[in-house]
Amino acid sequence: MSSSPRLLLAVAAGGAAGSVLRFAAGEVAPDGTGFPWTTFAINVVGSMLLAGLLLLPLARRSAAWAATLGPGLMGGFTTFSATSEQGRALLADGRAGLAVAYLLGTLGACLVAVTAVGALAPRLPAEDEW
Amino acid sequence: MVTGLLVALGGAVGAPLRYALGQRYDARWHHGTLAANIVASLLLGACVGWSLDGSALALVGTGFCGGLSTYSSLAVQTRDLGPARGAAYAAVTIATGLAACALGFVIGQA
Repeated sequence: MSSSPRLLLAVAAGGAAGSVLRFAAGEVAPDGTGFPWTTFAINVVGSMLLAGLLLLPLARRSAAWAATLGPGLMGGFTTFSATSEQGRALLADGRAGLAVAYLLGTLGACLVAVTAVGALAPRLPAEDEW
Repeated sequence: MVTGLLVALGGAVGAPLRYALGQRYDARWHHGTLAANIVASLLLGACVGWSLDGSALALVGTGFCGGLSTYSSLAVQTRDLGPARGAAYAAVTIATGLAACALGFVIGQA
């Protein structure tokens, strides 16, 4: 099974836009050296919007738009690698408590967000969860 | 402006790669998404260990690694797996991601 080129292009376009939005948010409000609030907020908001994707009629009607906005835009906007790297840097800096609070706090807040929105939104098909 | 374009280019490659990995390897357990998140963490750790900055960090770190990895999918998949399997999936992802960053950092510094 291989992805259709059309859907891959849709994800690429959304991923480009989402990555630029995340970059811009970091330019406006850099994470600094303490708790990485900007990346935290990006991941919580992005998770919430992915969970609520099918509240949008456009995403329900079109598989290409769902791929653009879900795995593309929200997948590109949110980041796991930056969160891991920030956790690693805090640990290497001897701030283990802050590292744990950040890593578990991000997971907890994202789960609360997707669960809350998930109570209202239709469940996503697997392909929009990649 | 140019930095933003490099971030977009990296994201435009990383995101569909994650999507293809998900399609190929995510079934009852999200191996594809897990692999995308771990590889991106390893690579970002290496970028930081290597002290990459400027255009190269924008393209590879912020763009490609950020686009390849995802927190939104991790959160939604964890919820959908239910409490026990979800907790295991999230714990494995976060612990392995941290280890991958540390390994990448050491490799990058070497």
